[in-house]
Amino acid sequence: MEGFKTLLYKECLRFWKVGFQTVLSPVLTAVLYLLIFGHVLEDHVQPYPGVSYTAFLVPGLVMMTVLQNAFANSSSSLIQSKITGNIVFVLLPPISYREFYMAYVLAAVLRGTMCGLGVLLVSLPFASFSVAEPLWIVAFTLIGGAFLASLGVIAGIWADKFDQLAAFQNFLIMPLTMLSGVFYSIHSLPDFWQGVSHFNPFFFMIDGFRYGFFGVSDVSPWMSIGVVTVCFIVLAIITLQMLARGYKLRA
Amino acid sequence: MSPAIRIAGVTKRFRSLQALAGVDLEVAQGEFFGLLGPNGAGKTTLISTLAGLARADSGTLEVMGHDVVHDYRAARLALGVVPQELVFDPFFSVREMLRIQSGYFGIRNNDAWIDEILHSLDLTSKGDVNMRLLSGGMKRRALVAQALVHRPPVIVLDEPTAGVDVELRHGLWQFIRKLNRDGHTIVLTTHYLEEAESLCGRIAMLKAGRVVALDTTANLLQRFASHNLQVRLAAAVVLPEALAAQVVKCDGVDLELAFERFDDVGQLLAGLKSAGAEIVDMAIGKPDLEQVFVGVMNQN
Repeated sequence: MEGFKTLLYKECLRFWKVGFQTVLSPVLTAVLYLLIFGHVLEDHVQPYPGVSYTAFLVPGLVMMTVLQNAFANSSSSLIQSKITGNIVFVLLPPISYREFYMAYVLAAVLRGTMCGLGVLLVSLPFASFSVAEPLWIVAFTLIGGAFLASLGVIAGIWADKFDQLAAFQNFLIMPLTMLSGVFYSIHSLPDFWQGVSHFNPFFFMIDGFRYGFFGVSDVSPWMSIGVVTVCFIVLAIITLQMLARGYKLRA
Repeated sequence: MSPAIRIAGVTKRFRSLQALAGVDLEVAQGEFFGLLGPNGAGKTTLISTLAGLARADSGTLEVMGHDVVHDYRAARLALGVVPQELVFDPFFSVREMLRIQSGYFGIRNNDAWIDEILHSLDLTSKGDVNMRLLSGGMKRRALVAQALVHRPPVIVLDEPTAGVDVELRHGLWQFIRKLNRDGHTIVLTTHYLEEAESLCGRIAMLKAGRVVALDTTANLLQRFASHNLQVRLAAAVVLPEALAAQVVKCDGVDLELAFERFDDVGQLLAGLKSAGAEIVDMAIGKPDLEQVFVGVMNQN
């Protein structure tokens, strides 16, 4: 376990040492979204009865930040280590592939959570909202973060250059998060697009997370947690299989 | 007592390239062993399979009696590898990196040993300096330090002196010799043949993924190398056929002639004189590993 604990510590120290880039910048970006979209749409949109648009927006932005940063942490750490060659320092010691996986995923979830917490705290002066079901918030943060962290491990191992990782991020992660209902309730969409949204696991993460704040959501939180958990388990199995085979890590 | 390293029937193919074509090798505990071969011979692939960075297609590899696949934790604990590439993690200082590396091997509170390694490698003053700010030579020494944090009984150094200046090279030699005297088994790959000759007690030569020579350094020198008579002539001459057959190197007026016994030198000089050669300078060269290496590679 000492190897796992050290790898987890190293991964956390790595992002903490560049905290401006890894924690403060995502918080600032999310707060800019909040200020601009909130200002423009506050008086025009009321997604749920009794919930202002800005208040509606906050949980979505928090969760989006958690997800994007969990992905960014594991993927960027791995690809940097692969390209600079220092991945050997993790591959030479007696660290099992399960320990390797857990360390990268937990560190990524931690960064995602810190960023999300930062967005939440900075949002407090701009919107008033309560926390209806805190356990749902914690559950979706952890499982959603772990899902994206696993996806980050896959992307970081699969990509041979930064360009490929950027494509993964910009053509998959970004559209799926943006189209997940961060900025709108899917009930405002035409039926067809509502149906399409149900194939996007990010929608369930955002919707379930938002339920934790308002006690209302587009779909049942039980259904959301079920979908997100199944998606995470499938992704975890795929990632662990890749690591067990040494895919692109051990020749 | 199990050997420090046992490699049996190891093959490895990368697409169309047969990197290892059935390698069998044993290194006894406490040995200073050299692994030589031209670029692409399979040295780094062999080290990678031993260290778990690559997986052999067939065959078995053991470190201190532990299979590198089935008993990988014990095998990796027993092995320290200094990689060929000058790799480092730019986020950390030397000391942070060594502490982290200790933790990977399950060791906490390793500062006393880390201090000792830093002192031995003349890196004490650089402990708190970020890795990316070190010179190339210092980075190389830091890599050696990283391989030693868990006090492995077997240490593999993959071209540790590549691109290193003479002073640092000698410093590293001294340090590695000390490690060997302290009981560590050393496996060294290098392109500096004089380095292998002066350090290694036994040598394996690889070519195209096969071991083509394996013996003590002394035996290899005896079997494959001969003494050379090195002469500089006042002017180039045409040598009789019998004498020309002994020429191993000819560069205008500079000749090198191989001989087996010192008694043969008189005959060679007489032959040169009768061919009309005027000798202006002369020396006798000892057999060296370069000759052995060239001879073995040409034979195979």
